[in-house]
Amino acid sequence: MRRLCFAAGLAILLLQVAPAFAVSDPSELLANPALEARAEAIGSHLRCLVCQNESIEASDAGLAKDIRAIIRQQVVAGRSDKQITAYMVQRYGTFILLRPPFEPLTVLLWGSPVIALLLGAAIAFFAFRRQRREAAASAPIPLSPDEQAKLEALLRS
Amino acid sequence: MSAQMSQKSMLGRRVMLGAPLVVLAAAGGGWALMLRRMAGGNFDPHSLPSQLIGKKVPDFDLPGLNGGAGITGAELQKPGRTMLVNFFASWCIPCLEDAPMLNQLAKTGLPIWGITYKDKPADTEQFLSQHGNPFGRIAVDLPGRVAINWGLYGVPETYLIDASGIVHWRYAGALTQRVIDEDLTPLLHRLGA
Repeated sequence: MRRLCFAAGLAILLLQVAPAFAVSDPSELLANPALEARAEAIGSHLRCLVCQNESIEASDAGLAKDIRAIIRQQVVAGRSDKQITAYMVQRYGTFILLRPPFEPLTVLLWGSPVIALLLGAAIAFFAFRRQRREAAASAPIPLSPDEQAKLEALLRS
Repeated sequence: MSAQMSQKSMLGRRVMLGAPLVVLAAAGGGWALMLRRMAGGNFDPHSLPSQLIGKKVPDFDLPGLNGGAGITGAELQKPGRTMLVNFFASWCIPCLEDAPMLNQLAKTGLPIWGITYKDKPADTEQFLSQHGNPFGRIAVDLPGRVAINWGLYGVPETYLIDASGIVHWRYAGALTQRVIDEDLTPLLHRLGA
């Protein structure tokens, strides 16, 4: 019970931690909260080209700051999320997308769960088949007609 | 029959024991190769392919350094000769290593134009007087927005543009003798520069 309470408390604590955004200058933010939320959503799906494991929203790099500003300009100008993302991909390639698209280069990445499943199924299939064969091989040898007659005689007596 | 089975399962066990070792050896070999190539400067795990390769540079119009001639996209979209464009800044440490390489390339007669990235003109002037000026022309991108249109993600970056304006090569980071000999020079020969 105590452990459960601890886990629940930890979960609540973790849920309250807001995603860490690197926006340190409030003047970077858009006044309209809806537009700002859209800009943040777009930026959090784009990779910072300098730090490479951080999103544009989370990074403190100068380039990320510039790209944040461009996203906000375009959001205000009324461009769609798709258009803004396409603008970034045109300049930096699909590498800028934190969620890689399905393309020839990423077939192995996206296909790995299927490959793992097929591999597992094949292993299971051969393992079961071998088990069944071994079970068949170790089954008792049937009695010869002679032995059968002896057994029947014993049972009858 | 059962003797044959046990022999087969012995073999299976041996394969099962050996497979992880083979995988480990292959991974180790790959790792060693990667480290060797990284040490030689032929491989940078952080380097990105440029989206400009095979295309023309985007439109732009940047002012020149301290009243000098600026650079426009139109000029680089039809330069009429093979040339390099180098993005640099006085505050950029690898640019110090890049400078002698660019000076050496400029001496061979290869035209090099420079674009300063987020650098104050006075600082650029001082950098050039200290480390040499290999540039035929220098434009100033103080806000760094033209650089983003090129897909720049750091300084220095060097672009090879052919006579018709097609970008053939982009190198991110300071040029090294090895990169010049193994990558740039063969490309220049192919382009007939």
